[in-house]
Amino acid sequence: MHKKKCVAMLLAGGQGTRLGLLTKKLAKPAVPFGGKYRIIDFTLSNCSNSGIDTVGVLTQYQPYILNSYIGIGSSWELDRKNGGVSVLPPYLGQEGGEWYKGTANAIYQNMYYIEQYDPEYVLVISGDHIYKMDYSNLIRFHEDNDAEATIGVLQVPWEEASRFGIMNTEQDNRIIEFDEKPAHPKTNLASMGIYIFNWKVLKEYLIDDDRNPISSNDFGKDIIPAMLHDNRSLYAYSFEGYWKDVGTIQSLWEANMDLLEDKPELDLYDPSWKIYSVNPNKPAQFIAPQATVKRSLVNEGCVVHGDIFHSVLFYGVHVGIGSLIKDSIIMPDVKIGANVTINRSIIASGSVIKDGAVIGSEDPSEEITLVGENEIVTAKS
Amino acid sequence: MAKVIGVINLGNEREQLQELTNHRSMASVPFAGRYRLIDFTLSNMINAGVHNVAVFTRKKYRSLLDHLGSGKEWDLDRQQGGLFILPPPDYAMDLEGDIQHFKQNMAFFNRSRADYVLVSNGNLVWNIDFTHVFNFHEEMEADITVIFKEFNDEKVDTEKFDTLEENEQGWISSINRDVSPKPGDRVYLDTFFIKKELLLDMIQKCDEQGDNLTLVDAVKDKIDRFKIAGYHFKGYFPFIQSLESFYRHSMALLDPNVSQELFFNRGLIYTKVKHEPPAKYMELSDVQNSLIANGCVIEGTVENSILFRGVKVHKDAVVKNSIVMQKSEIGEGAYLENVILDKDVKVSPGKEIAGDNVPTVIAKSTVL
Repeated sequence: MHKKKCVAMLLAGGQGTRLGLLTKKLAKPAVPFGGKYRIIDFTLSNCSNSGIDTVGVLTQYQPYILNSYIGIGSSWELDRKNGGVSVLPPYLGQEGGEWYKGTANAIYQNMYYIEQYDPEYVLVISGDHIYKMDYSNLIRFHEDNDAEATIGVLQVPWEEASRFGIMNTEQDNRIIEFDEKPAHPKTNLASMGIYIFNWKVLKEYLIDDDRNPISSNDFGKDIIPAMLHDNRSLYAYSFEGYWKDVGTIQSLWEANMDLLEDKPELDLYDPSWKIYSVNPNKPAQFIAPQATVKRSLVNEGCVVHGDIFHSVLFYGVHVGIGSLIKDSIIMPDVKIGANVTINRSIIASGSVIKDGAVIGSEDPSEEITLVGENEIVTAKS
Repeated sequence: MAKVIGVINLGNEREQLQELTNHRSMASVPFAGRYRLIDFTLSNMINAGVHNVAVFTRKKYRSLLDHLGSGKEWDLDRQQGGLFILPPPDYAMDLEGDIQHFKQNMAFFNRSRADYVLVSNGNLVWNIDFTHVFNFHEEMEADITVIFKEFNDEKVDTEKFDTLEENEQGWISSINRDVSPKPGDRVYLDTFFIKKELLLDMIQKCDEQGDNLTLVDAVKDKIDRFKIAGYHFKGYFPFIQSLESFYRHSMALLDPNVSQELFFNRGLIYTKVKHEPPAKYMELSDVQNSLIANGCVIEGTVENSILFRGVKVHKDAVVKNSIVMQKSEIGEGAYLENVILDKDVKVSPGKEIAGDNVPTVIAKSTVL
């Protein structure tokens, strides 16, 4: 193998428990987003657009859909002879094997993968987050500071800061303290779950961490605090822009609705930073004579006879005559009959909504209604 | 159909679509919001399991090469077989007929272990199951099976087609070249199955005789010697040979039954992927009876129209009965009716362009 300056390790094994029915059969990074993507498309596209062509994707929970989706990485231009994308599930060796016990353990178990490229840096990112970031700027920042580790941080509203891992920094961005979900945060710089490490340094810590029986084998809880304890040089890289952890039904819904603004913070239409995805190869969408479509995203293969307001339609969705869809997300290949009303809902892939059915409520104080995959909803149910 | 190799022969193409074919072959004319004409025949071949396809190009094939690339989108990036793009030899560039083109590419046929060759062209809009035709060919024990469609188009104008006649035994007995068909006539769809050995033999003989003609003429001249079966394709098939028919049949796609037949009833039609985001409809958008491709951003009014990938329609702009190709931009308050905009056209704010019954074509990359 040729040497690589930077290898990315993309954590994609998360279950996303709080997404309920949506993650019954797929891992959180594979959850559909934005009318055409899966969540993991954002980090894979970031890697590709940042010139990082060697990406290990760590899978564990319900990996099949994710594996077949990633394939050999062609959609993200990561089908490379040297490097490219590699899916890394837990495995058995001669001395047995085990599931990934934590984020750090997942990397520890795949040290052989990283070693073969003899990299200077390892970028650890999570496939659960929606954002566009040029990692090459992060690497430059890391080099300019002569850092041993750099952590991507985002300013969050003060009242939310106690939900995050918070970095306390000096004026030059050097991290002096890390508080995991502090009751009284000293700053509002939250960790984005984006880390860059000098590989030689990280390797030592991963080996030590594995020997520590009381460690939870987690970057935020164990590795970063251990490095700070040893007075290693850790820096915070401030990111400005859209970043979202779509961990709940509510936040997934909100993040989709954010795209419907006139000028959303997350610009999907920038030709210099395309978000790639696997193409379903459907014909252009058809908007029928009596249809109305306003403030919505609609993908290829859709056939719309009804009225769509402030909603996101994935590919292959059919909407019958007299139906009204408002403030909702309709995932791939959902078939909606005539005179259906859907408000503030997420309808998962492949479901069939029969004529006259009513789903969801207009009342913003009520929770978002979720219909799982391949369900059949009739007018009476 | 592992025993079949495909040829998409662009050697006999006539440029018929004026401005739209000034810089591209018919095969790469954009159609239906996201496709090029060649996608239909190529996808039909793939869907029938033909995984070894040669494209005989002639002229103006820059955009075609860009479109086809390695053939990956059609699963034709293969070790065995795959896609072969074969331009003509220099001396044959200006020759009439396609025999020399076949002759020069004998290696493609000789290298393959296939028994049959399926020859078609690159500008047919259809979704056909070639396995049916192949089974018919074998059942009939024909030398050649040609595909035809009974003419059903209401307008002909100056358009010329080849028609076929059957004898009492049901074999094709004559080919009429370049005629204006009447309703019910069997129009030859420039597509046939043939045993590879027979094809190679015909090419060899034509070449020895110094004939500089087309394969169809060679068959026509010796039609009594072959058992030629006619396969009637009964699916949707628009006859596109002029700007007028291109426009009319594009608009026919707004009938959901037509798009259903063309895109959903049988195999998928594949094309080059552009990674465009979904189409975005803004607060003031008013879109009716239109086909919209991904990457479009619509703030204005779009009616009875087809927008290709990445088209922007700004506020108060109106697009009516029009075809707007890739990446064109319609400025605020502009008005378009009965026009075809080729790719990358910029229409300035407030500009009005209205065509007559025959649509006005605005050439690629024009700024208006």
